[in-house]
Amino acid sequence: MQEMIRNKALELLKTGKADRVLAWRRGAFCYDVTPALFTDPEQLQKELVFDLFCAPNLSKSLIAESKKPGKTAVFLKSCDSYSLAQLCKEHRVDREKVYAVGVECHGTCDGESLRAAGITAPLRARAEGETLVVDTLYGEKTVSKQDALLERCRCCKSSRLVDCDEILGRQGEEHDSTRFDEVRRLQAMTARERYDFWQTELSRCIRCNACRNVCPACSCEKCVFDNPASGVENKGAANSFEEQLFHIIRAFHVAGRCTDCGECSRVCPQHIPLHLLNRKLILDANDLYGDYQAGADPDSRPPMMAFSPDDPEPDVIYGRTQP
Amino acid sequence: MRHDPLIPDLAVVTEIRTDTPDVKTFRVAGLDGKKPFVHIPGQCAMLSVPGVGEALFSITSSPTEPDFLEFSIKKCGCVTAWLHEIQPGQQITLRGPYGNGFPVDTAFAGKDLLFIAGGIGLAPLRSVINYVRCYRQRYGTVDIVYGARSKEDLVDSEEILTRWSREPGINVHLTIDRPQPDWAGHVGFVPDYVKELGFDTGKTVVMCGPPVMIKFTLAGLLSLGFSKEQIYTTFELKMKCALGKCGRCNIGDKYVCKDGPVFRLDQMDTLPDEY
Amino acid sequence: MKKLPISQLNDLFSAISRLETLYLPTDAGFVPYSPETAMTRRVNTGRSPKDLFFPQVETLMGFRTRGQSIELLDRREETKPFVIFGVRACDCRSFDILDSVFLAPPEDTFYKNRRQAGVIVTLACNRPEETCFCSSFAIDPAEPAGDVSAWQTENTLYLRANTEKGEKLLAQLSLLQDADPEQIVPLQEQIRQSVMRLPIQELPLEQFGAAHMMERFSSEKWDELSQSCLGCGSCTYVCPTCQCYDIKEFTANGEIQRYRCWDSCMYSDFTQMSAGQPRPTQKERFRQRFLHKLCYHPANHGGEFSCVGCGRCLQKCPIHMNIVKVIRTLGEEDA
Repeated sequence: MQEMIRNKALELLKTGKADRVLAWRRGAFCYDVTPALFTDPEQLQKELVFDLFCAPNLSKSLIAESKKPGKTAVFLKSCDSYSLAQLCKEHRVDREKVYAVGVECHGTCDGESLRAAGITAPLRARAEGETLVVDTLYGEKTVSKQDALLERCRCCKSSRLVDCDEILGRQGEEHDSTRFDEVRRLQAMTARERYDFWQTELSRCIRCNACRNVCPACSCEKCVFDNPASGVENKGAANSFEEQLFHIIRAFHVAGRCTDCGECSRVCPQHIPLHLLNRKLILDANDLYGDYQAGADPDSRPPMMAFSPDDPEPDVIYGRTQP
Repeated sequence: MRHDPLIPDLAVVTEIRTDTPDVKTFRVAGLDGKKPFVHIPGQCAMLSVPGVGEALFSITSSPTEPDFLEFSIKKCGCVTAWLHEIQPGQQITLRGPYGNGFPVDTAFAGKDLLFIAGGIGLAPLRSVINYVRCYRQRYGTVDIVYGARSKEDLVDSEEILTRWSREPGINVHLTIDRPQPDWAGHVGFVPDYVKELGFDTGKTVVMCGPPVMIKFTLAGLLSLGFSKEQIYTTFELKMKCALGKCGRCNIGDKYVCKDGPVFRLDQMDTLPDEY
Repeated sequence: MKKLPISQLNDLFSAISRLETLYLPTDAGFVPYSPETAMTRRVNTGRSPKDLFFPQVETLMGFRTRGQSIELLDRREETKPFVIFGVRACDCRSFDILDSVFLAPPEDTFYKNRRQAGVIVTLACNRPEETCFCSSFAIDPAEPAGDVSAWQTENTLYLRANTEKGEKLLAQLSLLQDADPEQIVPLQEQIRQSVMRLPIQELPLEQFGAAHMMERFSSEKWDELSQSCLGCGSCTYVCPTCQCYDIKEFTANGEIQRYRCWDSCMYSDFTQMSAGQPRPTQKERFRQRFLHKLCYHPANHGGEFSCVGCGRCLQKCPIHMNIVKVIRTLGEEDA
């Protein structure tokens, strides 16, 4: 796949179909790839990488790239293609200025997911069937690929590529995902248990804003939390209420627009399962307004932006039985 | 209250003078009615209005004033807007003085001085000018070139016209950007006026104003034959601690709050161009 | 030197925690000891121990206003003595760097009180990770500093007091037995062998420092290096030596609290003024962070870099751009 991507990128640059290529650059280890813009074919040949560790979602960068003159080619995994479709729907990205190449994806890992799977000091890694063979500082280790994948990939919702100009490899399909299982487990808790769960998780937050800054749905020019005039600006939480406020408001703000790409949880340096907040709202919106998947297509109206006389009244919330 | 450099003292605003449509001068004393601290011309202090915020301002009064500090403040953000609304008697918090100040007793001693200011840029220079007036015999001739957008925007115009202009050995050159019906003086931008006046290159220059004025005035001075070693200016960057610790007001390895705000221009050539 | 069977580690922790609050390293950070505390198996905690001395948020003082009057309120919390166990050699060096800023005149008394109250027990790194590069800054993970140094072999924990504070702590722990200092030599040897095999070696640090500030500042590589930076603060907040802060206010129940919180030079509002912005794009902010560590701090502190090679930013940056990549890319320019 990496060879196919490099050749496609070279061709797009050479034929002038694209002025630059947004992809992933090789790092010093297997996992430390960096999103990068390529314009030089020679550099591209040397540094463009595509493997299991190309976890970063490149779609958000297209907001800035599509404002530049000329066209940007981008390689998108299925999750990333959902994000781009959603960004185009919100008129954040000018689709005309993007050449989107979908790439077949079988899940991604990163350094932290390897470490969580018990791999210490990973240097290089290769997949052998369903096994990942990792060269570490302390010898060769193996781990099942499924265990090393990022959480979002272990319960992949869809490997379908949305709205791409072309596809490398095979088109995928939507899966019966287990992604709401954990949300349902939390829903079954008592309010006190659930509060304690979130209090424990969110108390680790260091307010680095990585979740917000990586999130394709967080595309405001100026976030209320950065704006002194908003009245809710806060850089460090003065108390635990404020800690929760940031994450809950953020989850509500992306409700109906979050494609569940999982970047928030991937980048959290404190491993807070932020995706669960988003999935809770997806599940609720599905319950209230019918099944909807943000980013699944370029045209449908998101539930929070569509009104129908059949929409449930707000008091439906009070009618729902909560333990 | 246990001591820490970040813990301010209380002070009171005793008098407020309206200088221009957007500049007011605040006279500040300690709660005991005395001057809160002794400073060097060019130094700054942190004023705060609890609930609104804390910000750094140049001390515009001369150290030779025995009873108070003064701050000329232009309305341009949260803290300044609030200060513009207060009445005499208002308590504020104060900590300082911060920064290096101008070398009034060393490098400036015995020199002919040329002060160049634009708009609110006169604020930090006023402290030096009044200090020099107080110790007149220690310095040579004094020239002051001061410009603003209009006659109304000239800060301290009363003091300039009734005192500075009338003293022997002090030459005041005022200018405004555009002609005005009741203005008989010079019209034009500060950098052009400086070149037009064509000063003797033996003078030591003290300059403060908006970045664009500094840039073009500096070019003009260099073309007149001045060297950067003769020119001093003062900078303003965002600050929180004023102690060289909070980490934001640096230009390269120099902290404006601690190593500045006064820099000699040849020093700036050794620092990154990021201010 | 003292020793203790590993099987009695929990007894040791419980004995210390009866004397003073004991903090232990977990995956997330250093947390107060409880018998259930799961110590991290990784070399480094997610957040560095700096927040025990320089907390993410701390109240400086309070105010109450009435008419034109202001009342100043002392809201400083008492600093009680505490012990941190399991600090790595790199993190321990970071305290020296924080000291050079906070304890330089005028001293930050909030920080100083905590420094005086804290007893640091370091732990040698038996298995350094691939992201470790403390040896580039002349730190020896086999000989960590601190008030007490500890080494853990398969069955035994060895402890050596280095300071008066450390001696006082060990003297209070009756379950410790005397040990022969030679016992740790094989472990130290093994750690130093591991360090020599680490992948990050020979960083071109001679290209940095005060003398190279202007060349490194004007490098053309900053555009590419900063290209994908998200402008988040994760590198600065996991970093043991980043110490920039903001001062903010918060009003609750009629009292205005002035608090200090961590700030990041990666954020646009860090230098944003009503009058202008000296670092208008992410490139300038990114450059500030790395040049602060590699040129500006050394210029002001006797040539010492403000990086200890803990590798947290290498593991945590969402886009994997980090100080090692910066040093290598810029260091090559003159090489």
